[in-house]
Parts: sequence; C-alpha cells; structure tokens
Amino acid sequence: MRLVVDLNKCQGYAQCAFLAPDVFAMHGEESLIYNPRAEEEQRERVARAVAACPVQAITADGPDGSGGPATGSAREASDGR
Amino acid sequence: MAADYVEWLRREGRIVIVGASLAGLRAAETLRAEGFAGELTLIGDEPYEPYDRPPLSKSVLLGKASPHHTELPHRWETDAKWRLGVAAAGLDLTARRVRLADGDEVEFDRLLIATGVRARPWPKEEEARLEGVFLLRTREDAAALYRRLKAGPRRVFVIGAGFAGSEVASACRESGIPVTVAERAGAPLVGALGGVVGAVAADLQTENGVDLRTHVTVTALEGDSVGRVRAVHLSDETVVEADVVVVSLGSVRNTEWLTGSGLGAGPRGIACDAGCRAFDFRGIVTDDVFVAGDVARSPHALFGYQFLSLEHWGNAVAQAETAAHNMICHGAERRPHLWMPAFWSSMFGVNIKSVGVPPMGEQLMITQGSLAERRFVGVYGCKGRIVAAVTFDNARWLEFYQRQIERGAPFPVEYPTLDRRPEGRRPVDADFPDPSLPTHGPMVTLSGYSPADQQLVFHPARH
Amino acid sequence: MPHASMTRRITDFANRADPYPVYEELRSTPVLHEEEGGPYIISSYYDIKALLHDPRVSSDAANLAAAGDDALASTEETGGLPPSFLRLDPPEHDRLRRIANSAFGPPHRPRRIDGLRGQMREIVTELIDAFGDAREIDVVDRFAYPFPVTVICRLLGVPREDEPRFRAWVDPLVATLDPETRRGTDADAATAAREARMQLGMYLSGLVEERAGEPRDDLLSDLVNSRGPDGSLTMMEVLSTAVLLLIAGHETTVNLITNGMLTLLRHPEILRRLREDPGLSVNIVEELLRYEPPVQLVPQRTCIADIEVRGVTIPKGSRIWLVLAAGNRDPERFEDPGRFDPDRGDIQHLGFGSGIHSCFGAPLARLETQIALSELARRLVDPRLVEDPPPYRPNAVLRGPRHLGIAFEGLR
Repeated sequence: MRLVVDLNKCQGYAQCAFLAPDVFAMHGEESLIYNPRAEEEQRERVARAVAACPVQAITADGPDGSGGPATGSAREASDGR
Repeated sequence: MAADYVEWLRREGRIVIVGASLAGLRAAETLRAEGFAGELTLIGDEPYEPYDRPPLSKSVLLGKASPHHTELPHRWETDAKWRLGVAAAGLDLTARRVRLADGDEVEFDRLLIATGVRARPWPKEEEARLEGVFLLRTREDAAALYRRLKAGPRRVFVIGAGFAGSEVASACRESGIPVTVAERAGAPLVGALGGVVGAVAADLQTENGVDLRTHVTVTALEGDSVGRVRAVHLSDETVVEADVVVVSLGSVRNTEWLTGSGLGAGPRGIACDAGCRAFDFRGIVTDDVFVAGDVARSPHALFGYQFLSLEHWGNAVAQAETAAHNMICHGAERRPHLWMPAFWSSMFGVNIKSVGVPPMGEQLMITQGSLAERRFVGVYGCKGRIVAAVTFDNARWLEFYQRQIERGAPFPVEYPTLDRRPEGRRPVDADFPDPSLPTHGPMVTLSGYSPADQQLVFHPARH
Repeated sequence: MPHASMTRRITDFANRADPYPVYEELRSTPVLHEEEGGPYIISSYYDIKALLHDPRVSSDAANLAAAGDDALASTEETGGLPPSFLRLDPPEHDRLRRIANSAFGPPHRPRRIDGLRGQMREIVTELIDAFGDAREIDVVDRFAYPFPVTVICRLLGVPREDEPRFRAWVDPLVATLDPETRRGTDADAATAAREARMQLGMYLSGLVEERAGEPRDDLLSDLVNSRGPDGSLTMMEVLSTAVLLLIAGHETTVNLITNGMLTLLRHPEILRRLREDPGLSVNIVEELLRYEPPVQLVPQRTCIADIEVRGVTIPKGSRIWLVLAAGNRDPERFEDPGRFDPDRGDIQHLGFGSGIHSCFGAPLARLETQIALSELARRLVDPRLVEDPPPYRPNAVLRGPRHLGIAFEGLR
C-alpha cells in the first residue's frame, strides 16, 4: 500500500505513530518519518491513522495502486459542472 | 477564447504534461477529476512512475524506507498514456508539438510544463566521476548513497549545508558515521533562514558530532589510483580524507530543452502569470502553455508581485492543481495561484518549518521560546510587515503567523505572546547573505519583476 | 440586551439533552459578550480553530483566576495537586507534557498504546459476558464506566489484584468532579471523596516508590524514572500526571462511548453496518467526536493581549469560552452539520481540541471507543433504547448521559 504525508500540514500530533507504529514514527518530539510503502497487513492500522490525523495530511491508496476516490460516481459528479 | 473551444477541449482535446513527478501527477489527476475526457499524455525522463522525493534524504537514508518504493499514491484515476524514460528535447510552439529525445513527436492542444529541477552537479566533471561522489535527487541517487552508507564508510564529506546537505549529515550521524560538512557561508541554512537561525543549525550539527567547516569552499576532490575519491581539498588549505562525498549544491532548473522555443525560459525557470500561463520571451502570455512546480517562476501578490521560484513540495501540488484547473476552464473561472510558501525539514531530531519568504526579511524576532533551547518561533519582517515565520519544534503555532503574513500584519510584533523571552523583545538583523552572491540553494528565489530572463548571466556557485 | 441569558442557557440543565439549538443561536453572534466581566463566547469553527493556535491566548490557571474564575472554568480541577500541564502555558506546559509523553507514546514508547489493543478487547469481552442473562442494562454503569478505568489500571501498571480496590477509590473521586455535586451539600459524599483521594494518593505513592526501585514495563515506571533532557518529575508531578490521565481521561471516554451507543441506537442503519463491518468504527468515532463531542466547550482560556475576532476586539485579560460542540456543527465548515454521517469524507472535528493543548489521551480514547462500539454492535442482539432522551449528568462541559438504559434480546 502506498502512502504520502503532506508534511506542510503535519503538526506533529503523532496520532498516526500511536495507531500504526510500524509505518509511522516520530523522530524527535515533532517530526514524522514514515514508510511510503506500507505492508498490506498494516492496512487496518493505516486506516485508523488516516482517519485520526487531526490535520488530514495522510493519503493512502488501494492494494493495486489505484486511487481511493477514483470511482465512477465521483467522477460523474464532478463532470456535472 | 471561444466557449465552444473549451467545451471541445474538455471533451476530446489533447493535453500533454512534460514532467512525470509530483506536479505532473497531481495535475493529471486534477484534469480528470475536473472532467477532462480527452487524450492525456505524461512524459517523464526517469523510467519510473511518479515517486516522492522528500523521503529519499530522510526515511530512506535512515533505513526506514526503500529508495525503490516511494511511489506516490494516486488520488484519482489518470487514464493517461505514460511516456516514461524518455526526456522531452524540444518544443515547437507554432506546430504545438513536443519533440522527444528518441526522435518521437507528441502533438498537443494544451501543454503543461512541470520538468522541475535536477541536482547541480560538481562542476569539475572528472572529479565528479570519481567513485564515491554522489548527488541526491533521484531514487537511484538515494539507492546508491544508502548502499554506501550501509557499508560503513570511514568518513562522509557533504559539500553544502543547505537543507538537503544537512539532512544527509543528520542521517550519517544517526548511523554513527563520521561526517564533515563544508559550507561557504558562515553557518548551515543561511540562504534560506539567515545567519541568526543558521547559528542554531550550526550548534545542532556540532553537538551531534558533525565536523562543520564554515567560510570554506571545496577546491578539489582527490581520487586514488583506481578512481575512488579519497580526500577533499578546501580553500583554507586543509585536506579531509573521505571515501564518500555528497555534492549538495542546490539545483538546476530543467529548461534547456526549451532553448529556442520562444518561451520565457532560462536558468531561473519558466516565467508564468498568476494563472500559471507561460510567458513567451517577449513577455507576452501564451494561451496554450502552462507551467507548474519547481520549474515555474510566478508573481505573488503577497510579496510585491515579484516573481518567486519555489522549490517546495506543497507549491508543486497547489500549482499543479491550479494550472490543471485553468487549462480546462473558461477565462472567468480561472483561479490565481496564491499559495503561501511553506516548507519543512527535519534534522538531528528537530522539526523545522517555515511559512512566507524568509529571505525577504531584513529583521527577525524570536516571539516564542528561545534560540538556545532550539525550540522557538522566529518572525521575519520587511518594511514594517511580517513576511515569514520559522519554527523549530513549534509547528502548532505556525498557522497563526501564516494569517499574520496574509493580512500584512505590522512588524515588529509589539503585542505579548506566550513564552516570550527577553531575547524576543526586540528585532535583530536576520543576517541574510548579500543576495547578489550566488548561493547553493535557498528554496525560494526572488527573481525580480521581468517575465523574461534570457539576458540573465548565471553564476554557478563557486565551491 | 434582550437575551442576556445565553451564558446561562448553555449551562441550563434543561438544555443538556439537546444543547444544539442553543449553539445554533449562539453562532448567529459568533463573538458573544453579554455582560461586563463575563466571558467572550466563540462558537464558529474557524474562529475557535484560530484561537486554539493563537499565542496570545493563555491556559494558565493563574491568568484565569486574575480574570475572575467561574464555575464552568473550574470543572477539571484535579484536587489538591499542583496544576497539571492542562492548565499551564509554555514553556512549563511543554516540558511537563514532553515528559508525560515520553512514558506514554512515540518517540520513546511508540507501542505502549497499540500494545494494549489485545487487553482492551479482553476487558470488553469480559464486561459484555458479565451482562449474563440480563435483557436490560445500564450501558454507563455496566460498561462505559468500568472499561476506561480498567484500561488506565493496565496502562499505569496497577496489579490486577488491586484493580477492584483502585476502582473503589476512583468512583467517588470522579463523582465529585461534577460542579453540581461539588456545590451540593452532601457532606457524606464530600467526606467519601476526601477519604478516597487520600487512599488513592497513598496507594499510588506506594506504587510509584516500588517502581522507582524496580522499574517494569508500565507508564508509572517510566514517569518516575524519566531522566531525559527535560529533567525528572518530582513525586508530586508524577502523581499529578497520573491523576490527570485518570480523571481527564476517564469521564470523557465514558461519555464518548455512551454518546456513541446512544447515537448508534438512534441510527439503526449505521449500527447494522457496524455489526457487519467493524472497520466502520474508525469513521464512526471521528464523526462522533464531531457530532457529540465529550468536551463541549473549553472555558479556561484568557487572552494576554487585545485580540480582534470578526471585527470585535476582545480586550486583554478577558476570559474566552471556545464552544467546540458549536464549531463542530458550523454550516460554514461542514455540509449538513446536524446529520450524523460517518461516510462524510471530511471530518476535521474539534472534538479533541487543536494546538498545543490538543487531547493528550486521544489515541487511547480512539482505540477504546472503536473497540467498545464495534463489540457492543456485534454482540448485542436487537438492542434498543429504553428511554430517549436518557437522563444526563449536570455537567455542561463534560456532557453525557448519567444512565443509558438499553434492552436487547440476548448476546451473540
């Protein structure tokens, strides 16, 4: 599973490092380091981390590398402008 | 622009994006998300799908991530044709064609240029070819450097103490590797944050065991009989033995392929308007060519409409989204790119973040915390206004200062703030180096008011 | 002023079951100042967010006292101990919080909370099993109340055989947190609480001393033995931090779980989906923190400089109430804010606050509530509310039902 953290948004609340400690780690008190390619077995923990991020800085994608929001209905919705 | 042209473009037009990294990918996703149904082609010189670079100098060097697996997650299906591993070699504006290095040509109705920057190489080619001399920009660079660090070199020598160089030094120390850092200025990070904050970064390095040499340049890299680097010669006549050298002298904008195209492209990037449309060399804005990311230089309303070049991750994302939006909408719906410059770095366990344009700042005030404790908020002022802020392990306050910058709040900061120390009562000279001297990479470059910089004479850094 | 009673209406018990109409009215005057010396009440999302990150806003108990303390502001006192970092400003806040964190989470103890997941599940299973043949229970007394205190015991390192004693001391202590109870004339309750506090204090000191000599893999051992760059904690600071975790973490988690069960029972379709997909609990908990936050407002801030909010100048020295629960339902920020919708893509709530004082125990509360709700949903057969709305506690700040009676057909 791929993920990326927008570290401009990140303010070091460390929720991700608590909830998925094998993927996210604090380096010092405030800076975050993470593995952009998380093991598949981490999916549940990563989902908790994504939802808990107070600044919504984490983007993760599906198992095949396809984007989460790449669904037909969403695209239709934005087509209807 | 006729309304029906935009409708046609959205339905069946051809859009080409040159540059398949962060900005290119986010632009492609935005085009699709906003309903572009035509043909989309992405051209990238590296043979890999878009990957993230910031982890390369941090988690990768610390062994916490693989250099081969930092590919960016996709936020939207791009449904694009990917031409990877082949660089763009030329642009014909009249025929609307991009020429590729393999001789192929790709036609477009609208073009987005997001070719970014590359690491500035060591200027002496023969020395640069020595085994053990590394750059750090691509995943291959990172993989090669990580392999060498893991093998336990005797000493790593980092040329240039900007953010990237300092991050490399930090990773080395964390792995217990002896490291020397050479910097032509008086301290690390001075180009980006000035001398006062640079002094804090210098303390951070020396306390963590970095052999920091300032006010020196590297005069030569010395190889052994089989072509491996073995020593570094400095301008103060000293010689440091090292078996790994990391050249961290900032970056070069990838605009050479546009030479002669007629676009306003040069060593400082490609000039574009606030709507991301490229200027031609005469200063006339084009209709069909857009620019985004590190390669762009665009005027910013908050900073006196000077052209800014921003080598910032967040800028690449935001500008790509704005450019993509503007490429496929009617004129009245276009948005300006007004991103607040912001960046982060992390070294020796300290989180450094900034908003605004610190190098514009003449003065600095430590409004919270203390330099000595390396936990503080510094506010930069210019002509009576707040223009930037930097935090060391104090990121949660930064959004307050960002709003102050946005509203042009007065400087110095007269009102009381939490944890204001005696040192923070008065502004001090921020101590930036003379801007006319070349530096190896402030991450923001102010480049004046002219959209065309063809006549600019470029001085490579003397190291 | 025609409605000079807004401050009172927020605290009025009659509005406890559904305070949201009052909050909506409040938002029409985003910066409300009703009387000389009274608080400035902030109710819209962006203003609250901005003030939580504003370095001119203090959390220091001393500043608050100078501004004229009120009943609401003193609800989170921990009783007799020095002020915890919750009521301090930097740099002292930062130092104490860093030390506390070094025993609680990353970077020093990255797996402490994650490592409790298995035990949380066991505790939840035991509590639900103990419903036995009952077909009607009080979710608060039988489940939401005992669960977090047991987890805290495990986290601190209270030996299992001491857990019943520990809980017996905590119960009367927590009961006196409520301002109404505290103001009451129930001398017996007050005496019981004093006695409990003393016993608990003695017990914890004993435990701390034991851990100082012989550290184990628990939070108390780490707190008492912390020797980082920030120095070590005094015995009083260790106790104060432990009690803060206990008290601040307790009531809020009880309310989050109880509000959660109540909300799910009011939205049976979502309860059904949760039964089939425990993973939905992640978003349910975030949406709950928006929709029914356990801390409704932050009444302890003061400003140390004049601050302008929406054209209104809040003068230096004023008290500020930040009504998190009102901001969480601000239509300027959230679409259809009055709807409970765990599927909304954007749930950037204020439920845990924001900025340097953002909830210390947030990851613990999240995991506890996710596990609690998904297990209740999975195991209870056909659960329903006995009474709607349920009876509430008097507390307007830490708001939640006193009891939550539910009926069900059995256990799975």
